[in-house]
Amino acid sequence: MTDETNGRPEGDGGSSFKPGFGLLKGLGVTLKHALKPAITQQYPHEKPDLPPRTRGVIALKEANCTVCYMCSRECPDWCIYIDAHKESHEPASGGKSRSVKILDKFDIDFALCMYCGICVEVCPFDALFWSPEFEYAEYEIAGLYHDKEKLEEWTTGVLPPPALEEGAEPEPEPEVDEHGGAEASAAPIPSVSAPVIVAAPASAPAPPTALAPEAAAVPPPASAPAPHVEPDQETHDRVLAEELAKGTDARVAEGKAKRAAMMAARKKAGL
Amino acid sequence: MLAQATSIVDSTFSNFWLVLIVKAAVVVGFFLVAPMMVGYAEHKTLAHMQSRLGPMEAGKFHGWAQLVADGVKFIQKEDIIPKAADPVVFTMAPAVAMIPYIVLFVVIPFGPTIWALNLDVGVFFALAITGVSVIGVLMAGWASANKFSLIGAIRAAAQLIAYELPLILATAAIVMQVGSMSMVDIVEAQGEPLFTGLGDILPAWNIFYPWQALGFIIFMTAALAELTRPPFDMPVADSEIIFGAYTEYTGLKFAFFLLAEYGGIVALSALASILYLGGYEGIAGIPIPPPIWMLAKIGALSFFIIWLRATYPRLREDQLQRFAWVVLIPLALALVLVTAVIKVL
Repeated sequence: MTDETNGRPEGDGGSSFKPGFGLLKGLGVTLKHALKPAITQQYPHEKPDLPPRTRGVIALKEANCTVCYMCSRECPDWCIYIDAHKESHEPASGGKSRSVKILDKFDIDFALCMYCGICVEVCPFDALFWSPEFEYAEYEIAGLYHDKEKLEEWTTGVLPPPALEEGAEPEPEPEVDEHGGAEASAAPIPSVSAPVIVAAPASAPAPPTALAPEAAAVPPPASAPAPHVEPDQETHDRVLAEELAKGTDARVAEGKAKRAAMMAARKKAGL
Repeated sequence: MLAQATSIVDSTFSNFWLVLIVKAAVVVGFFLVAPMMVGYAEHKTLAHMQSRLGPMEAGKFHGWAQLVADGVKFIQKEDIIPKAADPVVFTMAPAVAMIPYIVLFVVIPFGPTIWALNLDVGVFFALAITGVSVIGVLMAGWASANKFSLIGAIRAAAQLIAYELPLILATAAIVMQVGSMSMVDIVEAQGEPLFTGLGDILPAWNIFYPWQALGFIIFMTAALAELTRPPFDMPVADSEIIFGAYTEYTGLKFAFFLLAEYGGIVALSALASILYLGGYEGIAGIPIPPPIWMLAKIGALSFFIIWLRATYPRLREDQLQRFAWVVLIPLALALVLVTAVIKVL
């Protein structure tokens, strides 16, 4: 209260000076907030309401990994450890045998990881993803070293990539080759529902669905990845309507709906 | 005048020493419990005013035992005395700051027969004793051998000098109007209906007199400053001087300062209820026992003080001094003048 302007409500041009009005208004604001429900989420008791594409942990879709080592070379902390060996595979249709790299070890030391996400960015075959899972705290620092089986588990909950923007070039259809994917290296990798791309057994002929052609050449990994399921449209529409009714941002709502749809579909498929 | 009434303790026990012990136990017990409740209320009120929940875990139900847990924590803390500090003064300071507020409750009446002591000079005693508390803060600031502590202590002392005056003048206006310094007398004087014939609903609480309503505002403002509560908390302004006089304190000693602060809120709320809100006198037609009325008023005023903390930012030191000397003291003097004129008329 050093000078005459103190305590005046701002923005009314000073023409109608009401002494103490600003003070009362302030009291009104705090009281209003006191009467509204608190926004606190009681975390251990209730799960936090996270955005669907939360970057909680790095997950590995082993079937998509071609052991190109780009992630481990780009990693600023050198926290990715990869081991692999080569095997020769005879194509089912006969012909020259093909050498295939088999992933033996893919470990990430999350005690070193700084969550820069460069590995996810740099992965050329969509094998690494950000997963919304975040509850992997450990009592001992060594416990933060996770192998590829654990990283695979975290792929559940990863959303399919967002739809292409309007006017974008349509995704090329993968060329399905009757000769066991001889042109596999040339075909682009479809990224639609990338985390759930199924790896077909090496001996089986290429399935007629739009599978990654090179998948036929890759032997099934130790832990079988989740087979492909279509998102549950009903759940999608319901969650989307619910989220929009709540006033959630359209983009976030869409993501949440997609995630719920995937979860529901997987549940239905008994996974 | 009803100053001859006896308290419920005096009429129950006849032995002087027994009466003394019971009264002391009740007063100290109240002093230990009430500030804890205000402290918990502050945690929760501030939290909700900031759209948070506040303590929710201690004691399971809405964190009711948070301050008990805090107390246990304070006891466990290491008791640190700085090397350069004066250990005797440093150790005595929390007690000097806290005891006045305990003693203050001796003269606070909670019902027609519920009080420890009905002094003829009750109000004078209460105001005198609250002023002692700042000596504890000064001792703490000086003995800490820390520049932040010293600045905080000097600020607290300067603030007390500036705001003790409007506090006393506002109280003087009430004393003049009632014609007694006894707390019980002041409360009893507010028991009558304000207007006879209008249903006798509105009691003659001092706040319902327009000029005393101004006095109430002056009193509460000065009380806030005396308690060094926001927006008048420059003595502990953490952005400038860490925590003022309490900077070097740890553990139980620090807890005593906190207890003094919250005890002070209860004490000055009780004083304001007695002077302006009719103390234990209720509104005619509402069957609530007098002690509950008194506690409800203390609770409401304490909530108001917490509410102010949630709302207003801290003033600057010079703004604080200027506001006291240029605004509050002239207003309080005018109030005394008006009260005197009306009393004579």
